[in-house]
Amino acid sequence: MVIKIKGTKPSRRNFLKAAAAAPVAAMAGGQAFAEEADPAIIEKQPWTQFLGDGVDARPYGMPSQYEADVVRRDVPWLTADPVSSVNFTPLHELDGIITPNGLCFERHHAGIAEIDPGQHRLMINGLVDTPLVFTMEDLMRFPRENHVYFLECAANSGMEWRGAQLNGCQFTHGMIHNVMYTGVPLRLILEEAGVKTSGKWILPEGADASAMTRSIPMEKAMDDCLVAFKMNGEALRPEQGYPVRLVVPGWEGNMWVKWLRRIEVGDQPWHHREETSKYTDLLENGQARRFTWEMDAKSVITNPSPQAPITHGPGHMVLTGVAWSGRGTIPRVDVTIDGGENWVQARMSGPSLNKSMHRFYHEFDWDGSPLLLQSRAHDSTGYVQPTKDMLREVRGENSIYHNNGIQTWYVNEEGIAENVEIS
Amino acid sequence: MSKFLKILAPAAGGTASVLTLAYVLVDQFVVDIPAPARGIVAISPASAQTVETPAAASAEDGFGLGRPALDPEIVAWDIDIRPDGMGLPVGSGDVFTGEEIFIEKCAVCHGDFGEGAGRWPVLAGGDGTLAGEDPNKTIGSYWPYLSTVYDYVNRAMPFGEAQSLSPDEVYAITAYLLNLNYIVEDDFVLSNETFADVAMPNESNFFLDDRAEVELPRFSGEVCMSDCKNEVEIVMRAAVLDVTPETDEGDAPTEEMAASAPDSGDADVEMVAVSTDPAMIEAGEGVFRACKACHAVGEGAANKSGPQLNELVGRPIGGIEGFRYSTVFQDAHEAGEVWTVEALTAFLANPREAMPGTKMSYRGLRDDADIEALLAYLTATGG
Repeated sequence: MVIKIKGTKPSRRNFLKAAAAAPVAAMAGGQAFAEEADPAIIEKQPWTQFLGDGVDARPYGMPSQYEADVVRRDVPWLTADPVSSVNFTPLHELDGIITPNGLCFERHHAGIAEIDPGQHRLMINGLVDTPLVFTMEDLMRFPRENHVYFLECAANSGMEWRGAQLNGCQFTHGMIHNVMYTGVPLRLILEEAGVKTSGKWILPEGADASAMTRSIPMEKAMDDCLVAFKMNGEALRPEQGYPVRLVVPGWEGNMWVKWLRRIEVGDQPWHHREETSKYTDLLENGQARRFTWEMDAKSVITNPSPQAPITHGPGHMVLTGVAWSGRGTIPRVDVTIDGGENWVQARMSGPSLNKSMHRFYHEFDWDGSPLLLQSRAHDSTGYVQPTKDMLREVRGENSIYHNNGIQTWYVNEEGIAENVEIS
Repeated sequence: MSKFLKILAPAAGGTASVLTLAYVLVDQFVVDIPAPARGIVAISPASAQTVETPAAASAEDGFGLGRPALDPEIVAWDIDIRPDGMGLPVGSGDVFTGEEIFIEKCAVCHGDFGEGAGRWPVLAGGDGTLAGEDPNKTIGSYWPYLSTVYDYVNRAMPFGEAQSLSPDEVYAITAYLLNLNYIVEDDFVLSNETFADVAMPNESNFFLDDRAEVELPRFSGEVCMSDCKNEVEIVMRAAVLDVTPETDEGDAPTEEMAASAPDSGDADVEMVAVSTDPAMIEAGEGVFRACKACHAVGEGAANKSGPQLNELVGRPIGGIEGFRYSTVFQDAHEAGEVWTVEALTAFLANPREAMPGTKMSYRGLRDDADIEALLAYLTATGG
C-alpha cells in the first residue's frame, strides 16, 4: 500500500498521555518480556492491605476515580450558548452496545427542564374523540414494553461535510446513544383518546422553554413509537427528558421530544421551525429536502481513533467500532486497514436488535506500518454505507444533516491516529 | 402519505399486512449474516432478548386511564400555528411597533436589523445564497411558511423568557421580520386577517425526502472486497485545522508539536503548511506593518478596529468573542468555517472577493511571497 502523507503530522498529545499511562515493558517480536520484577506485583498495594469504604458510602455508585476523563464533551465554537447547544458521547471509551445514562450526549434548545413529576401532565388533543390528560401515575398503568434503540442527532458528523475537521470519534460521531427504554406504546395512549379517521399526523410538544415540536405521521406513531419513562432500567435523566420522553425508533433524534407534555392529532403537518428552518437538507442546487426522518446506516471505528491511539506497539491488536441503521439491523460490517484496497468482514458481537447499535471487532497483527482504517456498514435492507464523496455527489456540501459517510482514521508508525479523508 | 410508505418500504415491506408482521417481529433477530460469518457470530437463541409475543395489546374499550381535558386546559397549552393559519389568535401588529419591540427584546442576540450578533441566528438577508458555497439560511431566504415565524417567536422567544409576548406583540415582531426581509412594505399591518396574504419566497424550493428513490438504489448492492484500489492518498487532514477541543488537561503539547513540525521543503505539499523559516518570519514582520493600525498579534494582543490575530491558522472564522464582525464573517462562522492556510491566502490576496462585504478596507497583497511571509510571522508570533 502506498500512503502519501502531506502537510503536518498529527498531534501527539493524546498519544503521549495514553503512552504515559501504559506499563513499561520491553518488546520482543510482539511479545513482552519483563526485565525487572513488576512493582505492581511485588509491592503491596494499599487496596490490598487496608479497608475500603462501606456499603453506605456510595448510595448512588459512580465510576472509578481513574475513569474521570470518561465524560461528555462539547465543542465550544459550534454554538452561541451552552443553553442551546450539544455535547458528545465518548464513544472511544465505551464497549458493547449500551450507552451508560450519564454519558448519553445532550442536545438542548433551552437548557435542561427540571420537572417535578407530580406536576407533570401529558395532554392528548386535536382530532380525537376525547381529549385526555394523564398524570405520570396514569401512564404507569398502561402496558409497557422494553426496547433497545439508538438515538442519533441528524447533525451527527455534520461538521465533516467539507472535509476532515474534528479529531476524535467523540466529536465526529458522538451525537448518538443507545439505551434500553421502558415505555408505553404510543399507539395505546392514542387509542385511549380515540383518533378520528381524519387524524393523519401528530405534533408532540415538550414542556421545556423551547416547547419543542415536530410533526410525525400517524403510521409511525401507531407503529413503534414509545412514551418512555425509563432508560437502562432507571428513570430518564433530566437531560434526557425526565419524567417522560417520546421514542421514535430509527428516526432523527430531534423528533424524540423530551419532557413530553402534549400530543396534538391533526390532518396535516405543522411545518414548525425544527422541520423547516432546521432539519431540512439543503442540496447543491439550492433546493432542500424536507421530512428526512430515517437515519441511514452508518458505522465508525471507535478504537483506535484520534482520542484512543495504539499505545502497545506492534503485535496483536483489537480494532472495534459501532454500527447502526434506522431501517433495521446491521448483519455485516466490513473493515479495511489499508484505505480500502482490501476489506474483511468484521466479527459482530452482542445482541443484534432492530434500530439498535451493533458492536463489531476485527483482531489482527499490526506490523507497525501506517494504517488507513475504515468501516463500512451493511444494513438488513441491503443498503451499504457510502463514502463521503458518494454522498457529496448527491447532496453537495451544505446539507448539514444526515452525513453517514465512511470515516477514515490514519494511524502512523507510532500509533497516533488522525481524522483524514483519502482518495 | 404514499411518500411515507415508500420510505418505510425497506424496513416494513410497504403493505399493511407486512407492517403488522414487522411489528410482531420488531425485536426478533432479523439478522441475515452472510455464510462466511455465520460460524463466527454466535447468536444462539439463549443470547436473544425476550421478545414480546404479542406486543402490548390494545384494550377493546380502552383502559379507562386519564381524564377528559377541560377546555381552558386545552386553550392554555394548544398554541401551535399551521401554514393554513389554524391556531392564529385574533390580533394585529405593524412594522414600526415590531421594530420597537424587536430592538428592546430581540436585538441583543439577533442585531437591530436581524443581522445576528456573534453566533446567534441571522434572521434577514441571504437572498440568492442557497445554491452558493456559503448559504445564508434566514427567514427571508429559506423559511417556507410565515406561520413558522409566528409559531416559533410565540412559543420559544425571547430566549430565556418564552411565551411572554402578547398576540399583538408577536404579530408586530413578525411584521418587522418580514419587512427586514423586504417581503412587506413599511406600512404593512400583520393580523390574523392579512396573514394569508403573505407568501414566503422560498416555499417552492422544498421537496419531500426522496432518498428511497435517489440514494437507496445507488448505495445498495455488491461491494468490492479485494484489490479495490492501486494507490491511496490522504487528501484532507483534521490536524491541519486543529479545531478539536483540548480534551486532556495538563498536557504540554508545544514541544512535541514543534518536534513534528512540517517538512517545509516538500514541493508536493497539497495541504499547505505555514513556513517556520526565520528569514520568512522576518520578512513577514515587515509585511505586517501595513496591518498594525487595525490588528494586534502576540502575547496579550487585544481587538482593535480589527480582531486580534493570535492562533489565527485553524481558528473559526469570525470567532473572536466580543468583536463585531461583518455579516459575511458571521455567516462563515455559523457555517463552522475555519481559517485554513488556503482560506487565509485567498482572503489576503483579495479580501473583498474572498469575503464579499467585509469591513476590512484593505485591497490585498499582490505577491504570494508576501502572503506566505505574513502567515509565517503571524504563526510565529501569535501561535
